[in-house]
Amino acid sequence: MLLKTPLLTGIFVCLILILGFNLSPHQAADPNFKIISFEEFEKLKSKESNKLRVYNFWATWCAPCVKEMPYFEAIGQNDASVELVFISLDDGRKPGRVTTFLEKENIKSPVYLLNDVDYNQWIDKINPNWSGAIPATLFVQPSGENHFHEGELDESELEALINKLKP
Amino acid sequence: MKNFIIIVLIFGFIGSHSYNFAQIQGYQIGDQAMDFKLPSVSGDQVSLSGLENAKGAIVIFTCNTCPYAKAYENRIIELHEEYSPRGYPVIAINSNDDQISPGDSFEAMKVRASEKDFPFDYAYDKDQKVIKAYGGMRTPHVYLLNKEENKFVVSYIGAIDNNYQDPNSVSEAYVENAVEALLQNKNIETKTTKAIGCGIKWTKETD
Repeated sequence: MLLKTPLLTGIFVCLILILGFNLSPHQAADPNFKIISFEEFEKLKSKESNKLRVYNFWATWCAPCVKEMPYFEAIGQNDASVELVFISLDDGRKPGRVTTFLEKENIKSPVYLLNDVDYNQWIDKINPNWSGAIPATLFVQPSGENHFHEGELDESELEALINKLKP
Repeated sequence: MKNFIIIVLIFGFIGSHSYNFAQIQGYQIGDQAMDFKLPSVSGDQVSLSGLENAKGAIVIFTCNTCPYAKAYENRIIELHEEYSPRGYPVIAINSNDDQISPGDSFEAMKVRASEKDFPFDYAYDKDQKVIKAYGGMRTPHVYLLNKEENKFVVSYIGAIDNNYQDPNSVSEAYVENAVEALLQNKNIETKTTKAIGCGIKWTKETD
């Protein structure tokens, strides 16, 4: 009994904590959403992987980005050889715009909001051919080789690219 | 032929596959910019040769609908108010296809210009010839031109400054610094920059 009480109390406290966190609006937000710095993005990108990693740069207000998003999401969810990450360039002061959008569009892939507006410092580091216009997509092969596409992709163009690049 | 060699060289340097020519097309620093004649919201035609007593021009590809372009509207007005009297007026050009982006039609441009009381010419590049010649890819995209022996020479290409969100947090006012350098006959330190912007709504080619 003496042993059981703290155990039960512990379980009870844990339950309250879990429920409490789930009830609070911030924690209920998409666990796949995170605000990151450019440094964190570079770390993410340089991690070793045996998959084709696809980083799609987008924003909620960008109509061509939103249009191509379901094609990327489908590949991210269905193709085990591809690791898809959406990189949002939305206003980092208003992340709610992104989380609301993700919920509405039922996006399950990880989404990181790259919160660094000193763009000239990092655009060339992603790819020297990038003008800065979105949508844009960076493909990183397991070998570390980078491929870059600026502009919208339709479903067949994206599939062809993925099939060409994936291991 | 010259362009072909440049493309081959650039691809050689990058050494990886690439699917577009974003930074290869259009003007580079030192190129002579072509003149144009475009309808402005004021009802006039705007051209480089029509600029009286100008030492150059701040040509800005922008539009009505892009959040970045909107964030910069007041700063574009300020640039014109500061530098037009000193010889470098702003010419704002919208090149978005209004079939794809109806909010960027010539009529919508007139409405926006009057709402914001734009003191500069806001012109419509409907057939996208001007932006293609210049190499603009996003909004806003600045080409600072300096008049040298009656030629308009490209002197700076890129962003307005390094913080679209908050004018008070800008640490590098690229365009302002470049125009000041020209006015003081000094070298422009930062000649090209990049920024995230809205892609131009290109007219779909009909085959």
